[in-house]
Amino acid sequence: MTLPLLLLLILVAMALAYQLVRKQAIKNVGGVSGIKQLHSLPAYYGYYAALWVGIPALLILLVWFGLHDRIITALMIEQMPASLTAEQSSGQVSLIINDIKNLATGNITSGRITEDIQATADHYARLRDIAQMTLWGLIMAATLAGMSLAWRRAKPEFRARNRVENTVLVVMVVFSSIAIITTLGIVLSVLFESILFFQEIPWTQFFFGTEWSPQIALRSDQVGASGAFGTIPLFTGTLLISAIAMLVAVPIGLLSAIYLSEYAAPAVRGIAKPVLEVLAGIPTVVYGFFAALTVAPYIRELGDSLGLHVASESALAAGLVMGIMIIPFVSSLSDDVINAVPQSMRDGSHALGATQSETIRRVIFPAALPGIVGGILLAVSRAIGETMIVVMAAGMAANLTANPLDSVTTVTVQIVTLLTGDQEFDSAKTLAAFALGLTLFVVTLILNIIALHIVRKYREQYE
Amino acid sequence: MNSTPPPSPTPNADPRADDNQQDSASAGRRPIDIVNAGLKRRYAAEKRFRFMGATAVALGLTFVALLFFNIISNGYTAFQQTYVQLPVYFDPEVIDPDGLIQAGDLNADEINKELIRVNFLKLARDALRERFPEVKGRSAKRKLYGLLSPGVPQQLREMVAHHPELIGERRETWLIADDDVDMFMKGRSTPVKRIDTSGSATIVTVPSSDDTLQIISSGADFNVVFERMRTATPTDKTTADGTTLDSDMPSYLIAINHGLVKVESITAHDITGQVLLPLKNQDPATPRSWELLELSNPQSARRLKDQELAWVLSLKDAGALKKRFNTLFFTQGSSREPELAGIGGAFMGSLFTLTLTLLFSFPIAVGTAIYLEEFAPKNRWTDLIEININNLAAVPSIVFGLLGLAVFINFFGVPRSTPLVAAMVLTLMTLPTIIIASRAALKSVPPSIREAALGVGASPLQTQFHHVLPLAMPGMLTGTIIGMAQALGETAPLLMIGMIAFIVDIPGGFTDPSTVLPVQIFLWADSPERGFVERTSAAIMVLLTFLIMMNLLAVLLRRRFERRW
Repeated sequence: MTLPLLLLLILVAMALAYQLVRKQAIKNVGGVSGIKQLHSLPAYYGYYAALWVGIPALLILLVWFGLHDRIITALMIEQMPASLTAEQSSGQVSLIINDIKNLATGNITSGRITEDIQATADHYARLRDIAQMTLWGLIMAATLAGMSLAWRRAKPEFRARNRVENTVLVVMVVFSSIAIITTLGIVLSVLFESILFFQEIPWTQFFFGTEWSPQIALRSDQVGASGAFGTIPLFTGTLLISAIAMLVAVPIGLLSAIYLSEYAAPAVRGIAKPVLEVLAGIPTVVYGFFAALTVAPYIRELGDSLGLHVASESALAAGLVMGIMIIPFVSSLSDDVINAVPQSMRDGSHALGATQSETIRRVIFPAALPGIVGGILLAVSRAIGETMIVVMAAGMAANLTANPLDSVTTVTVQIVTLLTGDQEFDSAKTLAAFALGLTLFVVTLILNIIALHIVRKYREQYE
Repeated sequence: MNSTPPPSPTPNADPRADDNQQDSASAGRRPIDIVNAGLKRRYAAEKRFRFMGATAVALGLTFVALLFFNIISNGYTAFQQTYVQLPVYFDPEVIDPDGLIQAGDLNADEINKELIRVNFLKLARDALRERFPEVKGRSAKRKLYGLLSPGVPQQLREMVAHHPELIGERRETWLIADDDVDMFMKGRSTPVKRIDTSGSATIVTVPSSDDTLQIISSGADFNVVFERMRTATPTDKTTADGTTLDSDMPSYLIAINHGLVKVESITAHDITGQVLLPLKNQDPATPRSWELLELSNPQSARRLKDQELAWVLSLKDAGALKKRFNTLFFTQGSSREPELAGIGGAFMGSLFTLTLTLLFSFPIAVGTAIYLEEFAPKNRWTDLIEININNLAAVPSIVFGLLGLAVFINFFGVPRSTPLVAAMVLTLMTLPTIIIASRAALKSVPPSIREAALGVGASPLQTQFHHVLPLAMPGMLTGTIIGMAQALGETAPLLMIGMIAFIVDIPGGFTDPSTVLPVQIFLWADSPERGFVERTSAAIMVLLTFLIMMNLLAVLLRRRFERRW
């Protein structure tokens, strides 16, 4: 409630600063007639003021929302009567703190409200009010200070445009660094948790163990109390499903790309290409639903009628549907690559009397092969990282098998399962998800780098 | 290049390869003969190859058609919902015992407060009992009450809140039916086949029990059914004379004298059965005035058993069951009951999330694109940025979820399962798409524009913002829309940041717990009820409609503003 109001206030202040300082700049040179004495266009003085009003205020707001809750809570705990915290475990203390906060904000509390708790809650509410007022005061002060600064600088000799442009440039540099920060964030977030994980579980067990059962029991006498973190079954499962997907996607994608770019009439191409690309735009959760509800039962029935035993969550169903999803990916990449092969090579081959298919198989395909391989590698990385289809259509059982009719599980399925159930941070079970995430990230990163490198090399060849 | 030319025709080719050319070989073989000899084979190979290509395209198109057909055929029925018409008596004793509401001095809020403690369930149940007065016994009544949705009390409450004048009236009211009834009405439970009769039926009461009747037909009506049963589904109780039906066989009901009798045992000319709906009288019925109903799905495979089906059929025959446009589906939040579950909450969640994603990602992406394309010096830092952007585009989406969980939620303390944190994660995911599209758009603006602007004295930034950016904007917007479409369909990372929670309320802001459309689809897809299958498919249809609209918009934008220089 306060946040939108504050943002609105800052926006209004910025608009006001822009108008006032712009007018002031014009007034300082004696009206519109003297405008050419200004170093910059009057609007830049306005922008300058708006930036001085907006940026500090927004920074204050950002820091505030990052910190205020921690500070207030710390202050409150300091003031808490000792009777509340004495002889309580840290969990109970945090429960009491939560109750106090809920009481102060008028929510439902879990425990009985004693006088001490009520008093602390009042104290907390008071602190919050003070904090709120401080925030408003700070932001008001910052906007006023910014405006007066810009006001005083609205002189003809002030180089307002250069200042504004430099600021904009800095903002753009900051924006473009976000890509790096994101990568860094990904690496650091999964790395830290993974290091914690590998302190508990030896990495040899993680990478070479053949048994995966991450459940760690709450009581030591429970069945399956010791978690096993061998990821071999997960990797084989991932590879099995990806292999099935590629077996579907590569022939269909490649052949349809060849057909559409070399044979098809323009009208057919004009319709078939966008329709095939519809497959790329369909959310993966839709494929998952299709796989689980239609394809898997169908394959099961088919298997039953042939006398085969098919698991109800077979790798085949997930792999097939994943293959369908990847078709447009393979076909559009191959299409690009095939179109990049110079026409002169086609003409030369035809002139020697080769048929069209001979030209394609013996001239275009070998020439385009590096690019196609790059595209396929990208598709593999996509298949390995795909989540929703396997979460919905592949199983949870970590079977070490190469039988596509069996149920297997994948790395991504396990990440989702480990992190969406009951979880406690810092337990090996939760940390295992981050270790899996790190492995997934590294593997796909390597695949991507190789693939992008190959594709780029290939493009350069014909440019 | 490394191409291999087709096999070159040489005079000293292996003679064994073309035995059929023996006749002409005597005159000395010309190269053209050898080429001709292989032509048939080569043309066949050409045809085969071409056919394979066409098959691949056809397969791809088939998959698209199959997917859409599957989802639409499963989902279109969810846009209708079955309602039951019942005579509801808005009993003042129950609703307004003190007469406060009827006195008319209360405002809307006070009326709502009064109505919260009213037992509207009782009103609905009274109406059902009034419609089927013959139902006795606790378990039978419970089954009868099961025909109505648990959402009926809320429905009645809202009716009374909007129209307090209903209190004291008796009115035919359309109430929400349970999802099992809904599934039956949509033909997803069991088909009902009506078999005409040729003989006249005599009704004989069985002395030992009051709800069992024997019906004797003078025609061959029962024999047909009996013969089919004896050959198709014989059990150990089947003899040459008759058989008993169990719940794994199709059910047979006899509609006679405005009542329904369920066949329990059958012989060639008569049946014995339990009365499901009381008969008006026990007079003999003439041929065709009574009929046999076959429910081909066995009772054990149905959620709606024969007794409940009998009530439903009676309501249906009386015109008291009707399918209406399902507004609840669009206005409600999620629910455990399929008939009350709607996409309203998920839709609002998606809307909030996408709005924030757009606000975050567009400025950042455009800023990055302009900087990298127009200002950045060629050095290691910018190279690193470019490699990073290309790689981020191919990082599995679930990894972004891990980032969101570890950094945004656990480190910065952004509230879990809110549109805010979802938008932050999706922004990072869609940035590469928008940046790459924006850079392509900037690249397509010819340098002459920049040179002209710089030539008349514009600063580099003025050149960009006043001249280049407006020309590149359509391309950037196209990329942004495609990025937003990606964000709208994304599920996996949102599971990690708690959007998977079961949330009934419709979110009202950026920091309310909420879910989004694709996650809602995922959650419903996991629900076992048959009613959720059609709702999941319908939600998918809504989602796909939005995606198609966004992509069409992108295509139109490109067509409308695309400029060739």
